[in-house]
Amino acid sequence: MIAVGLLLHTKQLTRSPFEIATALIVPVVQATLAVYLFRAGGEPGRLLEAAVGAGLMGVWSSVLFGSGGAIQNQRWQGTLEMLMLAPRPPALMILPITLATAVTGTYAMLATLLWGRLLYGVPLNFAHPLLFLVAVPGCVLGLGMFGLLLASTFVLLRNANALANTLEYPIWLVSGMLVPLTVLPGWTGPIAAVLPTTWGARAVQEAASGGPVWPSLGLCLAISLGCLVAGALMMTHVERRARAAATLALA
Amino acid sequence: MSGYAIEAVGLRRTYRSRTGWLRPQRREVEAVRGVDLTVGNGELFGLLGPNGAGKTTTIKLLNTLLIPTAGTARVCGHDVVTQTREVRRRIGYVFGGDRGLYDRLSARDNLRYFAELYGVPAREQKRRIAELLDLVRLTGREQERVEGYSRGMRQRLHIARGLLHRPRVLFLDEPSIGVDPVAARELRRTVADLAATGTTVLLTTHYMAEADELCDRIAVIANGTIQALGTPAELRHHADGRQVLEVEAYGVADAQLAAIHALPGVREASVTVTGATQVLTVQSDAGVDVQAAVLRELDGVRLGRVTARQPTLEDAYVAIVNRINAPTRPLEAVGG
Repeated sequence: MIAVGLLLHTKQLTRSPFEIATALIVPVVQATLAVYLFRAGGEPGRLLEAAVGAGLMGVWSSVLFGSGGAIQNQRWQGTLEMLMLAPRPPALMILPITLATAVTGTYAMLATLLWGRLLYGVPLNFAHPLLFLVAVPGCVLGLGMFGLLLASTFVLLRNANALANTLEYPIWLVSGMLVPLTVLPGWTGPIAAVLPTTWGARAVQEAASGGPVWPSLGLCLAISLGCLVAGALMMTHVERRARAAATLALA
Repeated sequence: MSGYAIEAVGLRRTYRSRTGWLRPQRREVEAVRGVDLTVGNGELFGLLGPNGAGKTTTIKLLNTLLIPTAGTARVCGHDVVTQTREVRRRIGYVFGGDRGLYDRLSARDNLRYFAELYGVPAREQKRRIAELLDLVRLTGREQERVEGYSRGMRQRLHIARGLLHRPRVLFLDEPSIGVDPVAARELRRTVADLAATGTTVLLTTHYMAEADELCDRIAVIANGTIQALGTPAELRHHADGRQVLEVEAYGVADAQLAAIHALPGVREASVTVTGATQVLTVQSDAGVDVQAAVLRELDGVRLGRVTARQPTLEDAYVAIVNRINAPTRPLEAVGG
């Protein structure tokens, strides 16, 4: 069921004119920002790291807005009630959507690398090319599971996009997707340590630039699994609250 | 197991909302105020009422989408609050309008997805989907994206989706809204066929003819409570002792309607608009000829056909619904 849901939600998402336009434009902007940022910082040797970081930001944005936006979209389409009416645990209804948003986000990663290569000559010299191919889907899977926890919160909110907007930059900043964690204030350390995005980003960066990939990837998946369980429990609770508060539909 | 497909006792639902941050204002709307009803297995039961009467809320309380503020309800013997999954396995839900489908997917993909969600075994899915596409006459169009479908086609796809898992109880919430007359007739035929095969159907509609043609029993709901319940023939008795005058007109003013309503012997008066034409319907006591007085009040208004007739189910419905309205208030347009 999850596989069919993932396939069909990916199909639905990737046929959206808005998604297509975003997918064409955003990676170019992100690749440009990353490259100029690192060039200005006097670290042109780390351009691949910059491009990978920008790609990760794309995956995260897709998951974040996908989880919030997809549920809002389900509301607008009138399909949220139909999903919740299925005789299944509510988490199983939403997980394929969050996974689909992560899968479509993978495109942002690939496109950012491609544009970085074509426009700015970013060398695609991966330290562990095969591990990179494992780390990216692993990270995407992790973020998809994390998305479920976000989605369970979003079900309750009629204006979920407002929350999504406030979460976008802080999370990619604290997770060290683009800026090294070492330059951030010390108090962000514990927050970074519990976010699966931190470990997912680290795993992907290590596969690209060198480093032990598996421990980071393992931690990312372990924390994400925890998020999945917490999200599933919360989704059951939240679904009941939404039925009590009449927030499943717009009216 | 209970002998009823649907049972509701003292069902109530209050919506609470809050607006403003500095000085929050709380608002409560009692949408359903104590609904009691039973629907037998295999029965086709109609729920009629004006906009905002509580029809959709009642359906959503029965199909588990909303939790009642008070009261209890059981579907196929299972409690809608505590045995949600058991209820959901046995019900289908179809609502009217354009929403509720994945527009960028084909009809087949929509059905395939919901077949998975509703637990149709994988080996049966293909056959069941083909069967339903045939039933709703979408065979040959199933590979097209839903965004290109007409409203009638979408509505038929909704019905196919609602039937995927062979529900024992089907909730149809205004399924014919916005559907053209030919498509509406096909839809009625499909619903009648379903009931004939033993599916219990709870149908809400604005269209009296639809309810009259299809339903074994009808409940008229207004202001969140059931005002009348019975077979269509029984409900017609609510208009006993009345006669109806219909006048086609162009430009009846509110003041004229109010004056007609105040005429001796007049029980109800309403105007419905069809295209450029208004139809003034006046219910009066049988034996009191109000035609001359009504036409006098319409002096200066361009008139068309004037017809006197016996009351229909729609007239009975108007009489029931207006019983709870303010006595001097002219009727709103009914239907639509």
